[in-house]
Amino acid sequence: MFRLEARTSTPAWFNLALPLIAIAATLILCSGLIAVAGAGVVEAYGVMLSASLGDSYAITETLVRAAPMIFTGLAVAIAFRAKFWNIGAEGQLLAGAVASCFVGAIPMPGYLAMLLMALVGAAAGALVALVPATLRVKFKVDDVVSSLLLNSVIYYALMALIEGPWKDTFSGYPISPPIEDSANFPVLVEGTRLHLGVIVALVAAPLCWFLIARTTLGFRIRVTGENPEAARYGGINVRRVLLSTALLSGALAGLAGVGEVGGVHFQVMSDISPGYGYSGIVVAMLARLNPLGVVPAAIFLAAVMTGAEAMSRATGVPAFLSDVIQGTALLAMLVALLFTAYRVRRVGALS
Amino acid sequence: MSAVFEQIFQVGFLAAIIRIATPLAFATLGEMFSERAGVLNLGIEGIMLLSAMAGFTAASLSGSLWLGVLAAVLTGALMGALHALFTVALGLSQHVCGIGVTLFCSGLAYFLYRLIFGQQSVPPSIDGFKPVPIPLLSNIPVLGPAVFNQFALVYLAVVAVPLAAFVLYRTPWGLSVRMVGENPRAADSAGVSVIATRFQAVILGGALMGLAGAFLTMAQFNAFTFGVVSGRGWVAIALVVFGRWDPWRSAGAALLFAFVDALQLRMQASGLGHIPYEAFLMLPFIFTIVAMAFMSRNAVAPSALLKPFRREER
Repeated sequence: MFRLEARTSTPAWFNLALPLIAIAATLILCSGLIAVAGAGVVEAYGVMLSASLGDSYAITETLVRAAPMIFTGLAVAIAFRAKFWNIGAEGQLLAGAVASCFVGAIPMPGYLAMLLMALVGAAAGALVALVPATLRVKFKVDDVVSSLLLNSVIYYALMALIEGPWKDTFSGYPISPPIEDSANFPVLVEGTRLHLGVIVALVAAPLCWFLIARTTLGFRIRVTGENPEAARYGGINVRRVLLSTALLSGALAGLAGVGEVGGVHFQVMSDISPGYGYSGIVVAMLARLNPLGVVPAAIFLAAVMTGAEAMSRATGVPAFLSDVIQGTALLAMLVALLFTAYRVRRVGALS
Repeated sequence: MSAVFEQIFQVGFLAAIIRIATPLAFATLGEMFSERAGVLNLGIEGIMLLSAMAGFTAASLSGSLWLGVLAAVLTGALMGALHALFTVALGLSQHVCGIGVTLFCSGLAYFLYRLIFGQQSVPPSIDGFKPVPIPLLSNIPVLGPAVFNQFALVYLAVVAVPLAAFVLYRTPWGLSVRMVGENPRAADSAGVSVIATRFQAVILGGALMGLAGAFLTMAQFNAFTFGVVSGRGWVAIALVVFGRWDPWRSAGAALLFAFVDALQLRMQASGLGHIPYEAFLMLPFIFTIVAMAFMSRNAVAPSALLKPFRREER
């Protein structure tokens, strides 16, 4: 018989090794699907790699795709650190997108518009995240379910807007009117889509790391998550920490929406997010809830997404492989994480 | 003439409610069994999608609808077992695993569907289930054609609700399910295998979610599209809470939601009403969130929900 035995300490190299092992396991498992589709595994993965990271243009495309997932990944990582189970990054992203699109459509100087878009978008995301946090703190409502259900509420609110009063009168499609040209985020490299928001995302990650690892609020968030009883004993107002965490987490998810509006789509449509909020959970888990790890994890998922489209064109393997990879990576990482807390021991017939 | 019109309106409306409620009832009962055993299954959205795809594929390749239903149920049960493997056997966090299962299942459903059917401008469809009138009962005015001239799967749902209540409240296995969901430690002491019972409940739940998926692609739409489930799994999560983890109330909640949805569709079709239809679609979610705030005072959720069980840890 084998049995799981609690570990007393975790070797340091685990932090880096576990996500890599999980990703390797994922790619091996998913290679079965490539084979089923009748393509060469090495060829398919090769196309994926070269199309996502092979040249400088591909890298910029991957980074553009990674930016929203860096934000949602940070949102989830910080929330989960405090054990505030924010499954609602998707809705918070949408709220941020809608709010920033409203602001961006108002004529004003470009830099002011961008600043206001970021502020209002972050505030909208934070407000949405505050709902499940408040319900938990005040009424002990399970935050997993409430934050998840709120995603649908926000989605239908967005649909009501773009199919109703906000519908683009020019095209007649259910999309919002575009933001002002001056509010479009500047492109950093001529001929690519690499916009200012991507840099903001890349800077946000170390800032979040600093906040979690080196500030009092970060310390409170960590203690609240690890041991709320001890936190209470230590004079930490756990409710307030949870609410602050929710605000911070929601604001980050909201910024993901701001970046998509200001830097990629310049308007809001029903499919502005292909599930970036849920991908944020995958990113955060791969990063082991470490904000610094969020960047490579998001780039990995983004590379899979951009690479899958090229792979599909070259080999005929459906691009939906990237969705399977995402789900498998999350599950593989969860299993891998088990080994940080437990080790597998052989035990005798009867102990 | 207007009387005839009114009757058609009513029959059609009642029939629409029942058809919308059926997949929700299956899904809600499935989620309820899982949660009563202490396992939240957020994989429901993906499990329904993959089952819907598997059922459709099996039916269209074999030509047999019931073989399709079987494939959907087996797929659901298998994915239930997958979720149980992670959350029950390994004790991993239920909500994150559930999201993982949903991402995995939806990805796999899209992938396999595209692989099998290719990219077609018009999605392939099948000859789905036909309504089966029940003799005598279907002759009752209004109620007869609406309720007793339905798909076989609708009748199955009608039977499934009392059956689920019976199993949960009147059988030893149902007692075990409720015990492992409320107090797994006590259940363990009483000789009930927590792990096995939870596995069974989550697998049964997955099978029911599979039936829900089967209904969507083989009775309601007769085709598989990428938006075929479109949040119905999340609705079921809400309905379980709204129905206070009880089969009767959950089914009632499904009917209530179906009524609102049918009303919304009718208003949309008739061009009546200035309220955007999305407002109606939002309602069950808002109601549930508000209801959760009121319900939390008298804890009705299974106490051990979200809590993994490891025997050696006290």
